[in-house]
Amino acid sequence: MTLEELEQIARDVHRENGEFDYQINVCTDLACASHGSDSVREALAAAAQATGKNVLIRKTGCMGPCSSGPMVRVDPAGTLYHRVPTSSAAKIIESLGSAPVAELQCDLNDHFDSQVRVVLENSGYIDPEKIDDYIERDGYKALVQALTEMEPADVVREVTEAGLRGRGGGGYPTGLKWSTVSKAVGDIKYVICNGDEGDPGAFMDRSVMEGDPHRVLEGMALAAFAVGASQGYIYVRAEYPVAVARLTTAIREARRRGLLGSNICNTPFTFDVEVRLGAGAFVCGEETALIASIEGKRGTPKPRPPYPAVSGLWRKPTLINNVETYANIAPIIRNGSKWFHDMGSERSKGTKVFALSGRIRNTGLIEVPLGITLREIIDRIGGGVPEGHTFKAVQTGGPSGGCIPAEMLNLGVSYDALLAAGSIMGSGGMIVMDDTSCMVSIARFFVEFCMTESCGKCIPCRAGTAQMYRLLTKICNGEATMEDLNLLVDLCETVKETSLCGLGMTAPNPVLSTLKYFRNEYIDHIVNKRCTAGVCKIGQVEEVMA
Amino acid sequence: MTVYGAAPAPPSDDKRWRIVNGTMRKNGSARHALIETLHTVQSSFGYIDNDAIRFVARSLRVPLSHAYGVVTFYHYFSLKPPGKHTLTICAGTACHIKGTGTLIAEAEKYLCIQQGQTTADGKISLMTARCVGACSRAPVILADGAVSGEVSREELIAQLERWAVE
Repeated sequence: MTLEELEQIARDVHRENGEFDYQINVCTDLACASHGSDSVREALAAAAQATGKNVLIRKTGCMGPCSSGPMVRVDPAGTLYHRVPTSSAAKIIESLGSAPVAELQCDLNDHFDSQVRVVLENSGYIDPEKIDDYIERDGYKALVQALTEMEPADVVREVTEAGLRGRGGGGYPTGLKWSTVSKAVGDIKYVICNGDEGDPGAFMDRSVMEGDPHRVLEGMALAAFAVGASQGYIYVRAEYPVAVARLTTAIREARRRGLLGSNICNTPFTFDVEVRLGAGAFVCGEETALIASIEGKRGTPKPRPPYPAVSGLWRKPTLINNVETYANIAPIIRNGSKWFHDMGSERSKGTKVFALSGRIRNTGLIEVPLGITLREIIDRIGGGVPEGHTFKAVQTGGPSGGCIPAEMLNLGVSYDALLAAGSIMGSGGMIVMDDTSCMVSIARFFVEFCMTESCGKCIPCRAGTAQMYRLLTKICNGEATMEDLNLLVDLCETVKETSLCGLGMTAPNPVLSTLKYFRNEYIDHIVNKRCTAGVCKIGQVEEVMA
Repeated sequence: MTVYGAAPAPPSDDKRWRIVNGTMRKNGSARHALIETLHTVQSSFGYIDNDAIRFVARSLRVPLSHAYGVVTFYHYFSLKPPGKHTLTICAGTACHIKGTGTLIAEAEKYLCIQQGQTTADGKISLMTARCVGACSRAPVILADGAVSGEVSREELIAQLERWAVE
């Protein structure tokens, strides 16, 4: 495969698509699928055939506004329809060439206007099972360019200069990690993609893997070229069967096109990828635990150092990055580091995908430049909390993160700002809560999660989270005293300071952040034996120990 | 030194063992294929029983304790056969905020079992999931794997009733 050949494929696909008068894109991502988008697609195809109109009907990945599904977009006009029932399929086909179907059109300008799509640029535009669709939108161009025109060190430098930071949550500079692995001594190195999206309330990685799988593969191939690896693994949750299937198809197609395998683009570079299934353990999102799991062992973390960059999978230097991190690589190489560096805030560059859910009008997948305020995300893009309710807090970072209250909504979203506010960026789950949510109950929910997900290797996490859970249950139940609260704070500090891995070290965050901003709710439960949100049934909250 | 003989015979002449053997062969019967193989056992048989663990452990030459440890470590693997139908209620954060707790309680009450259990007649298993990634449609349930969103108590009970009268 050469650049010319790649461009020829792109031109061919473009020409073939251009032969259709209309292209109808139907979102078949999980949320739209659960609204019945598959039958909408079939009905559209049947209607198109009946009328004899020259229409291409394409199934795509997530278009974003999941609460308005099933989403359908008619190109070239770009008419966006929402909540499309199967019965309207004929009407849509009929309207082609004349005015759009008014009652299905949606006004989501506010929702889309402040978004910038880099990672999601193809999501909703390509058929994820067709490699040529990806190539048509400049796919694999970065890889071919890098292999034929760049040195590995150039790729590392571009990524470093772009200022990309790890999108899995920690925010470690990606370029620095790549440079460490590229300098590590060893003839065999591995590249791993962490697709073990275990945070409850996060589904960005799933949507990327399902909607644009080749983007992840291309990012991994570029990483492998940069650090000198020839084998890659994508570790995906078994709970995401569609993502597994799409990735498997994508790998097969990429091999067929000669974009994975031996001597890619007639260069000495050889790289192949295998999918590895997770098996339902949150701790496997931690890199050393993930490596243990790929090795076929129990997913328990190891003390670091040595870091995986030096001694990882089968004790070889290993590069581990998150799905979204890899998804950013191809555009960086294609458009140059400066283009990426110009987006975002001072120390957090680029864009970030967030999964917006909870008590908010427009739930779904959004991508925004870093530095955007929480208010803009929640009020403008998300459309605010449901009518008649007041916003209380937004939870970021899942079980490792925290809750940010209403008075801090003007906070710009960046790694450092969120950390300073007592939460973390996390992988990108953003769950909005209103006056119907009890913050103590939320803290208890997350601590229960960490308790059951603790691997049990180190005592602070294994026993600490269990004791935290018991204390929080007591508080929810109206049985606790102020001493219990002090004990809880004490315990949080201990667990945070002494746990072995990220799971334990961050498990107290939901408690500490809610205590910081919503201490009155804790006091209300303890002193007045009352839950204002009406969530905790005082006297009936049961302790469930797994 | 242990001398390894031929590959052990499968626990039964069930044809599904061929699929399991296929996975092991594809991975060169390497030890690191343990989790992959267990996935195949679970997807072929619906669960992983002691005979299966013993067979896989011997075939891949990993200690039985190691194999058992792996099976019990990961939530995805089940040691018990599932019911004819499985209702999975998502208990992720977004679902939690939108009242999944009530749904779980209602389902438990209706089926007279706890989450993670199967009804005595073997008809329905009630499971909870940590998050299926359909948060935008919370609360979410999976009826035999098919996702439904914004589920009400009535819809949940109606689904269970449909299965019960089958």
